[in-house]
Amino acid sequence: MKEKKPEKVIIRIKRQESPEAKSYWEEYYIPYRPYLNIITCLQGIRKTLRTFDGRPTTPVAWESSCLEEICGICTMVINGRVRQACSALVDQLEQPITLEPMKKFSLVRDLIVDRSSIFENLKRVKAWVPMKDTQDRGPGPKILPKDQQINYALSRCFSCGACLEVCPQVNERNDFVGAAILSQARLFNRHPIGKEIQLERLKALVGEGGIEDCGNAQNCLEICPKDIPLIDSIAEINREITFNLIHLIKGK
Amino acid sequence: MTTSTKKEAIVIGGGLAGLFATIKLGEKGIPVNLFSIVPCKRSHSACAQGGINASVNTKGEGDSPRIHFEETLHGGDYLANQAPVMGMCEKAPSYIYLLDRMGVAFNRTPEGDLEFRRFGGTKFHRTAFAGSTTGQQMLYALDEQVRRLEVEGLVTRYEGWEFLSAVLDDRKSTRGIAAINLTNLEIRTFPGDAVIVATGGPGMIFGRSTNSMICTGSAAGSLFQQGVWYANGEFIQVHPTAIPGEDKHRLISEAVRGEGGRLWTYKDGKRWYFLEEWYPKYGNLVPRDIASRAIFKVCREMKLGIDGKDEVYLDISHVDPKLLKERLGGIIEIYEKFVGDDPSKVPMRVFPAVHYSMGGIYIDSRQMTNIPGILSCGECEYQYHGANRLGANSLLSCLYGGEVAAERTQEYFDGLSEKGDSGSLRWLEQHRKLEEERLESLLRMHGKENPYQIWEEMGKWMTDHVTVIRYNDKLKKTDEKLVELKERLRHINVGDPTHWANQAVIFTRQLQNMLELARVITLGALRRDESRGAHFKPDFPNRDDEHWLKTTVAKWTPIGPEFSDEAVDTSIMQPKERKY
Repeated sequence: MKEKKPEKVIIRIKRQESPEAKSYWEEYYIPYRPYLNIITCLQGIRKTLRTFDGRPTTPVAWESSCLEEICGICTMVINGRVRQACSALVDQLEQPITLEPMKKFSLVRDLIVDRSSIFENLKRVKAWVPMKDTQDRGPGPKILPKDQQINYALSRCFSCGACLEVCPQVNERNDFVGAAILSQARLFNRHPIGKEIQLERLKALVGEGGIEDCGNAQNCLEICPKDIPLIDSIAEINREITFNLIHLIKGK
Repeated sequence: MTTSTKKEAIVIGGGLAGLFATIKLGEKGIPVNLFSIVPCKRSHSACAQGGINASVNTKGEGDSPRIHFEETLHGGDYLANQAPVMGMCEKAPSYIYLLDRMGVAFNRTPEGDLEFRRFGGTKFHRTAFAGSTTGQQMLYALDEQVRRLEVEGLVTRYEGWEFLSAVLDDRKSTRGIAAINLTNLEIRTFPGDAVIVATGGPGMIFGRSTNSMICTGSAAGSLFQQGVWYANGEFIQVHPTAIPGEDKHRLISEAVRGEGGRLWTYKDGKRWYFLEEWYPKYGNLVPRDIASRAIFKVCREMKLGIDGKDEVYLDISHVDPKLLKERLGGIIEIYEKFVGDDPSKVPMRVFPAVHYSMGGIYIDSRQMTNIPGILSCGECEYQYHGANRLGANSLLSCLYGGEVAAERTQEYFDGLSEKGDSGSLRWLEQHRKLEEERLESLLRMHGKENPYQIWEEMGKWMTDHVTVIRYNDKLKKTDEKLVELKERLRHINVGDPTHWANQAVIFTRQLQNMLELARVITLGALRRDESRGAHFKPDFPNRDDEHWLKTTVAKWTPIGPEFSDEAVDTSIMQPKERKY
């Protein structure tokens, strides 16, 4: 944290009205207060609708919801680093603070991008426990605490997309599903019932955009806001594929 | 499956209640269109931390669904209708097992069985939990199952769409809904023979609360203006322990006290554990309304808040750090990230914040509103928590309400003679045009008012006068203010005339609906001259069963809400004096 508190916070936002429009930068001032985060700053901007020099402007489009870093919706690029805006505290950021939309997803407007591809990819790997129905059938399988701890760590992924944003393998020429999806496949392959369709999940990950596209840059591990052991997950899926190779080839 | 002759259901809201209703409908073979303003995985249910109650009695303490029922009623100061609460408590253990089968990473005992912890208003270990992000884990499990049903073709999701209003015919029966695409502002009507409303709480009415920014109560407010009744609006839960913030108040779960956390402040230079002194039996685990009033008393009346401020300590630093990490990791992380201190080393600073609405859309004992074909479940309805909700009962009521709503939908469909397709199209088209005109007229407005400013003023008034301590003169003034704000909202300028991801115009619509509900909450509180659960008036400090053991029912009229009362179902147990 810096020692001297500034009087104002300077925020520069990359604006773009629509996917077709040209982007431009706009600058705003916010009176400094302790404990400001990026959401508080954006809330301030929408109340005045003025740029730093008093010029009227349109509302900046941005998304937020929980403000506790558990919904993942306010993910954006702040001072060049992808993270959640709600937990980005002004006191810990260099000024001027720059806000940009994530680049690996298609832009909607200003700081909003369309991340629906993440949810589509969860379908691809069947990230669920296959259940016949939800009728009463008594207790589930016993799970030891050490396994629960691993499962819990994996299941905290809130699909923010940060791991995709920093992955060099995710680009125009490549539609790698990314570390989060591989990690979810691992989670459900670990479940006593979920592993029933382990081969289907693995099959979905041997083709295009699957695990072979991982370049092992490991940026995902460093950026993940929930400290999910993504590299372990990738290694584990790799191991499962190798182990089941004969079934995977036969099943094609 | 041919859908053309099949009756269809609409579910609005992709949190726990909506998702569970969707799963149950899907399993019955009823096609579902599911609407959510955000991807379901980002719903506010994710914020529920501490756990879910079920009297599984794995610790041999003698707990049972009957005791759970009695404590839920007692915690709610006997305002809840009893039969539905009994149904919920009896069903609870089966839900825990079901969630476990879905893969929810509940904490375990060394033998691999489900672990339970304590929560407020009970002495039993009744709360199953997944770290301190139980709501998140449950939400994800249901979201995953809905994704499975989606792939099977039973469910169609509309994420990024917001409900605007129901489409009703001239007999006030449901024909479908109008919704708006939040990206391109396209308004569409969707046919549906039944509509399940599961749109969550209205915390945003109070400006800052522990709720997510999407918890506006707008859907309930819109339906209220269409003739759906609203019940017990005045019962707003203020959670005792939150981190005060400028953007929101961040919840610090009751689970912290369930795991041994203690509330204290300095008195005469020494640590004073005021709840333990005032309530020796339950100590730090008294129900939330009682704990919040105690903190208000300490800070406002006795002026003993930390450094004279509105804050007290919540201390967990004496608990084993390993246990803290395994059981409360998510909460510790929130405190570290947003405040910068480590709660395993220094006590947290907390103050009460608006958290939950016990009141909500009026429903019968089977989740149906007063308008045939419109049902409701989850926080947006009023059925299960009376005058004060016990911790870890909300997730439970979402599941139970969701299941009953799905069952009730099927019964309703069975009773409908024909689908009435031909008629529907006309109603749907007419309604779509009406909603489009409403939107365009907002976009055309060029007044001086900023919707976010008006929202801030509403929130401040509501928080100052309609939360922990209520006085009739202040409530009257608040309602006058709300009427003034409604008038000012007619002179709005959304600042953006475009149809692309225009959030200000969407917010303005929500704000209109929020103001309607704000009046219901305020005037409901003004009417009720007693103190019960979360509703506390120093001028009427006692519970008055003779006059007020009644459900408040509000109906919309153009000149303001009209109120009446309904008897409370006390068929199972007689109300007792509420002591802890």
